[in-house]
Amino acid sequence: MKAFRSVTSTAVVLDRADVDTDQIIPKQFLKRIERSGFGEFLFFDWRKAPDFELNHQRGKILIAGRNFGCGSSREHAPWALEDYGFEAIVAPSYGDIFRQNSLKIGLLPVELPPEQVRDLMDRARAGEELTVDLEVRTAGGHPFELDDFSRKCLLEGMDEIALTLRDEAAIAAYESAHA
Amino acid sequence: MGRTLFEKVWDSHVVTHDEGRPDLLYVDLHLVHEVTSPQAFEGLRLAGRKVRRPDLTVATMDHNVATGDDTPADPLSQQQLDALATNCAEFDVPLHATGSGREGIVHVIGPELGLTQPGKTIVCGDSHTSTHGAFGALAFGIGTSEVEHVLATQTLSQRKPRTLRIHFEGERAPGVTAKDLVLVAIGEIGVDGGVGHVIEYAGPAIEALSMEGRMTVCNMSIEAGARAGMIAPDETTFAYLRERGVEIDERWRDLPSDPDAVFDREVVIDVATVKPQVTWGTNPGMVASIDDVVPEPADEAAERALAYMALTPGTPIREITVDRVFIGSCTNSRIEDLRAAAAVVQGRHVHPSVRAMVVPGSACVKVQAEAEGLDQVFTAAGFEWRRAGCSMCLGMNPDVLAPGERCASTSNRNFEGRQGAGGRTHLVSPEVAAATALEGHFAVPA
Repeated sequence: MKAFRSVTSTAVVLDRADVDTDQIIPKQFLKRIERSGFGEFLFFDWRKAPDFELNHQRGKILIAGRNFGCGSSREHAPWALEDYGFEAIVAPSYGDIFRQNSLKIGLLPVELPPEQVRDLMDRARAGEELTVDLEVRTAGGHPFELDDFSRKCLLEGMDEIALTLRDEAAIAAYESAHA
Repeated sequence: MGRTLFEKVWDSHVVTHDEGRPDLLYVDLHLVHEVTSPQAFEGLRLAGRKVRRPDLTVATMDHNVATGDDTPADPLSQQQLDALATNCAEFDVPLHATGSGREGIVHVIGPELGLTQPGKTIVCGDSHTSTHGAFGALAFGIGTSEVEHVLATQTLSQRKPRTLRIHFEGERAPGVTAKDLVLVAIGEIGVDGGVGHVIEYAGPAIEALSMEGRMTVCNMSIEAGARAGMIAPDETTFAYLRERGVEIDERWRDLPSDPDAVFDREVVIDVATVKPQVTWGTNPGMVASIDDVVPEPADEAAERALAYMALTPGTPIREITVDRVFIGSCTNSRIEDLRAAAAVVQGRHVHPSVRAMVVPGSACVKVQAEAEGLDQVFTAAGFEWRRAGCSMCLGMNPDVLAPGERCASTSNRNFEGRQGAGGRTHLVSPEVAAATALEGHFAVPA
């Protein structure tokens, strides 16, 4: 996994609630057997509308509405966001599987209260560069929560499978106790 | 203090519990399909890792398979199906491939083959894995990185979700189905009402459901944002399992939530007032009774949804006409669903302006339906009778809506473009889908 420490950038504001992963990356692009190259298909259908937010904003931070990434478990959604160039997302809440998938690939999903997300949206629209800093856990100056374990995995770009395999003895013990 | 069904299953699967780290949970059953697994197998290959427990892993082909006799899978789909076959062969994973007779939608075949059992932890790279919770299993969808983690370690590191109990009080009125119950629940708590939670569905109306009805309810837990949905195992569960040759483990009787168990949140739904449901918007929480009208938009999202759906507030739901009807998907493609739909269309004919299809959830369901003559009922009524697969639930195969087409669908998602770019989906029960096919507009069985 790619490590994440901090990013400073202009931000793209997508002020919509319940953006589902079918919109983030439509089904016809899930047929690829590779992990890369999904960025050009990000929000494929919505990008056909000239006034769609991503068509006239640039940045490495995406600020979105509540329940971002709900629906399908497709990891292709965070792959597409990351491949497109986003390094962090800020939203009031996320679909559980999307949030988990993002953490696994080094795309930081920052959760902030709605009023603070609103503040960041306003500042981003005014062209301000924002900093999302995982070491001190702040986004645009607002402190956010992320558990220590996920933070450490992201900071170090940890191979979680290798980490779990260190618990081989415990896994084997569980298996023999439940055989 | 007593424990909930969820807590009992969770606690019995903890491999390591360390301060400052999520619990490491053992996975009893890992279901695999072609779309979310190729990159996971490739990851194993690159790292020189093996599948730790191929005997606890089962694969099938469902999302991409073409369900018509006339339509082969497109080359990219075929490449993905071939990749699954190659990966399963290389890593010794049992595969129920297309044509094997045991293939089908992953959430239909798990229960059907007797693999889904009470108290198990079950994962799959598919959000509708929640279906298996109908048996009192803890079953949830995961992403491809986690698929790789489970393949390599048979475990998953997970933060413990909170608990939400939805209590369904009272009895269903005639014509009200499991699908209507879960749609009402999603409408009630919202599409993010279950985020961070495992839902337990309880109450007399849930206990009265068949296993297939319970699967329909648990299937849509993710549409309320929940991590999983569960129903306590009981005699109905055990009878279903016995029929599939599964020996009943007496310990399963201890799984139901203790009377003094405390849930983080509780919601009560009065079932007696529930009517058949039809979604009008672009997420499953945008739902109304079939006797209602298209609502005035309450916010910008609803406005956008109505524009996409080309609907005007105030229009009676029953007056909305459809172009297509789809009966199928992991929500409603089991034998009872097909029997219910067939009973509605028996001796009648699909409206001339509607194209309707029935797609059984598995090869076994198809064989059983044909043995009962249901295929004849459907084809005589003008429905297309197709081979097992995910079909038009998600449009990854040739079964798709054309732009602008409106569909009454028994599937689980009415997201924009879900069934084909520009397509408009209304989620309904199999009974309403069948009646709608006959009338050409939303209807309940006569």
